[in-house]
Amino acid sequence: MFNMGLLDKQFTDDNIVITNVEDLFNWARLSSLWQMSFGLACCAIEMMATSASHYDFDRFGVMPRPSPRQADLIIISGTVTLKMALRIKRLYEQMPDPKYVISMGSCSNCGGPYWEHGYHVLKGVDRVIPVDVYVPGCPPRPEALLEGLLKLQEKIRNETMVNGKLSLQEKSA
Amino acid sequence: MKSAEEIFEILKAKFGQSVIEMKKDLPVEPFIIINPSDIDKVCFFLRDNEELLFDSLMNLSGVDDANGQSVNDEEGGLKIVGGTLSVYYHIESTKLQHKLCLKTSVPRENPVVNSVYFVWRHADWHEREAYDLLGIKFQNHPDLRRILMPYDWEAGHPLRKDYKNPEFYQGMKVPY
Repeated sequence: MFNMGLLDKQFTDDNIVITNVEDLFNWARLSSLWQMSFGLACCAIEMMATSASHYDFDRFGVMPRPSPRQADLIIISGTVTLKMALRIKRLYEQMPDPKYVISMGSCSNCGGPYWEHGYHVLKGVDRVIPVDVYVPGCPPRPEALLEGLLKLQEKIRNETMVNGKLSLQEKSA
Repeated sequence: MKSAEEIFEILKAKFGQSVIEMKKDLPVEPFIIINPSDIDKVCFFLRDNEELLFDSLMNLSGVDDANGQSVNDEEGGLKIVGGTLSVYYHIESTKLQHKLCLKTSVPRENPVVNSVYFVWRHADWHEREAYDLLGIKFQNHPDLRRILMPYDWEAGHPLRKDYKNPEFYQGMKVPY
């Protein structure tokens, strides 16, 4: 799961685990990603289904928080209108660091079906806030959102204090 | 219960010139065309007359008729000059079980229609929507603000046929 160097038989007490601070912090962060209770459109219905008992987001430590001050993660689940984009930016700024963004569904990835004639739609939420993981779909099934979350966890697992967030490509290079 | 023809005769006898004509040769339900500056008086009568009792405004919608002249503007885009914008009213009497469609047309350059806010309160947000998306001004509406687009939207009314989306809104790029 994570790089804790378990030194077998070095200690008589078997409940000691040795690791480094970076991995411990990363493990703690990725295991309790509290998401902001925030939904926009039909994707939000799928997000709620992912949170509910059948798909059970909580088994990955994800649970909704009603305030941006207590949230680590915001899932942009739906169509971002120009009017809402300003509010999303403000909510994101109110979240404490470290903070992560999952863009869920075609609308929030790139404008989706509104890409040409949607006079009111922002063509991708990454025009106002930085996105960590894009989940494709219209709307994505809960399985897809779960995979997006696992990708985000993988990303957090590889963070370093010196370099901060690294993309998966950068890490493997 | 009255047919659209009977209602048209009643309105014609009562309001004369304000009731312009009745269209029934189109493949849609018949509708009655009313003068835009008298629509509120006609609607009050339709609501309160004991034979009519139209107590419900089912829908109010604005339309760009796109019947003006298309001309090139300075920036090379198309602009429509002249022609009309229209407002359609679908009303129903829940007591007498009859329905009616009204239409009123206003010139594109000066689209002013009398508000029916005080006849049916349902008209409040419908009229704000028609104002927001088509720029039809409803006279006597107590709170004619934009309802869907941002309050500080300056690029015009999006459902007009010659609408052009702006490059930027509040620093955000709008086109794809």
